[in-house]
Amino acid sequence: MAQPGTTRRPEITIPAHDRTVEQLHDEAFALRQTMLRMASDKGEGYIAQGMDIADLLAVVYFRELNFDPNDPEWADRDRFVLSTGHYSIALYAVLHRIGYISEEKLDEFGLNGADLALSTFDDQPGVEITGGSLGHGLGQAVGMALGYRLDRRASRIICELSDGELQEGSVWEAAMAAASHRLDNLIAVIDCNGIQADGPTVLDMEPIADKWRAFGWDTREIDGNDVAALVAAFDALRASDGRPKAIVLRTTPGKGIPTLESRERAHFVRVKADEWTSLRAELESNRG
Amino acid sequence: MVDLKSGRAGGMGEILDVEGPYEVAPLGTALVELSANRPEIVGLTADMGRFSDIHAFRDAHPDRFFNVGMAEADLLLIAAGLAKTGKIAYCTTYSVFVTRRALDFLVIACAHSKANVKILAGMSGLMNPYGATHQATDDIAVLRMIPDLAIIDPCDATELAQVVKAVADIEGTVYVRSLRGKVPVVFDPEEYSFEFGKAKELRSGSDVGVISTGFMTQRAFVASAAARERGLGAGVLHVPTIKPFDTEAVLRFAAGVDRLVIAENHQMSGGLATLVTEALYDAGLHVPMIKIGIQHRFHECGSQAYMEEKYGLDQGRITRAVIDGV
Repeated sequence: MAQPGTTRRPEITIPAHDRTVEQLHDEAFALRQTMLRMASDKGEGYIAQGMDIADLLAVVYFRELNFDPNDPEWADRDRFVLSTGHYSIALYAVLHRIGYISEEKLDEFGLNGADLALSTFDDQPGVEITGGSLGHGLGQAVGMALGYRLDRRASRIICELSDGELQEGSVWEAAMAAASHRLDNLIAVIDCNGIQADGPTVLDMEPIADKWRAFGWDTREIDGNDVAALVAAFDALRASDGRPKAIVLRTTPGKGIPTLESRERAHFVRVKADEWTSLRAELESNRG
Repeated sequence: MVDLKSGRAGGMGEILDVEGPYEVAPLGTALVELSANRPEIVGLTADMGRFSDIHAFRDAHPDRFFNVGMAEADLLLIAAGLAKTGKIAYCTTYSVFVTRRALDFLVIACAHSKANVKILAGMSGLMNPYGATHQATDDIAVLRMIPDLAIIDPCDATELAQVVKAVADIEGTVYVRSLRGKVPVVFDPEEYSFEFGKAKELRSGSDVGVISTGFMTQRAFVASAAARERGLGAGVLHVPTIKPFDTEAVLRFAAGVDRLVIAENHQMSGGLATLVTEALYDAGLHVPMIKIGIQHRFHECGSQAYMEEKYGLDQGRITRAVIDGV
């Protein structure tokens, strides 16, 4: 069987801003295929979260970010900071797609001693921070945004967070600092999938968008699994007006695979060996 | 004995009981000198600019200085982020806030990422009048267990200035037990040279050997001189780099003396004395040892002199240990 993500080695250009919504949709689908393969190799994982941010990653990597497929350390690159390190499966899938992670390395995901662990570690090309401990992303993104501004680089920092992660106080320390330092080269994207380790979000998180607005962020709230809405939101947040930007994404855990979407305990998914084939069939038939 | 009622619980992390000379704010002066030709150096504080002496840097390079507010987790995260864009990030706050409040961020975002973050931490040890909330008597014990983190405990204004400059060229994260305000000058800058990872035998003598770190080396010098007047040869090995630990120098020094006195402004367990004990035991070397340090307990508020005398860090205590062996 042809392996998704390898048969269509990308013709990525810099910048890649001319992708259509349909092309981005295809990229998101390919990421989901790759993730499902990675998870089925292991039999378990944070698949639901990976599926729910596939659309975001497609838009970020194939429309928003300027990067060099041949040089992950390019000093002028835009940076994507994945704060929820346990979403590693999704980040690895997209880094594989753009050529930073080899097929061999991807196959070793989560195995003993593998470079690609269940959490993200920043010694891997394209992984900007070590992200397993929540609440570490936004503060480092603020530092990167300050560093870029100091060097007069026009590049941007896009930092992903999750709704459960907003319970960490360090997120709000960073949110306050970003607005105070007028970092309009920083975009926070908050994956609100409504789940965390103990089940549905254990604290009343709402109104999330208003919290970011109150902290001084130019904030949009959209369906995070709607590629066109993602494109429109990023387009609406390009102003150099001294305000950091935030997009609150309403997402569905397990998006694209109905069995996973309806699963009650979706934070860490274990699937029986014989179920993977049917999940794969569901993904294919829900391509949309 | 310092009288509790007549003594004023002042002295915000300053050592004021030595004759001097003193230098004011050597951290700020050194950082300004260093950064003149090093545009990659940035400075940060968590609302502790005034009380860490980094304001001189802020005044010299306002564009490179960031006050992140009372947010120590964010201080280290922002510093790590800046480091990831090629900066060398000097941060100041108090030791207690680094080792207690922001430890996860120090361990993962800084040390694990080998981020070029240099933490100049104030009031390490028993060094202020505020009581246990502000007294980092456990910082070395906490931090020595963290891989890829260097720990430096300078003695005086001369060494602190040298350390501030040296850490810029030490790859990765470094924690410095800084000194603020009026800082005594113990070492002659023409003669003394800090070397990262190296302990220095600054006084020789084979009857008794003092192994000391931080400002306790000044007290060790005074004790050594007093011992010499009694015809006793008291060597002093100054250990400014706690991690990586200079095991070789410690073993060489210990093998050449009849007995040891270990002096540190830190709890007696988990710091210098523990490191020395481990080194000696591993090498099969047994040398009688007196530990001068802080007891394993929370401490009350009080002036520096009051606290030192009450808890056995003062000059008299060290001199007794060196001369009388008790």
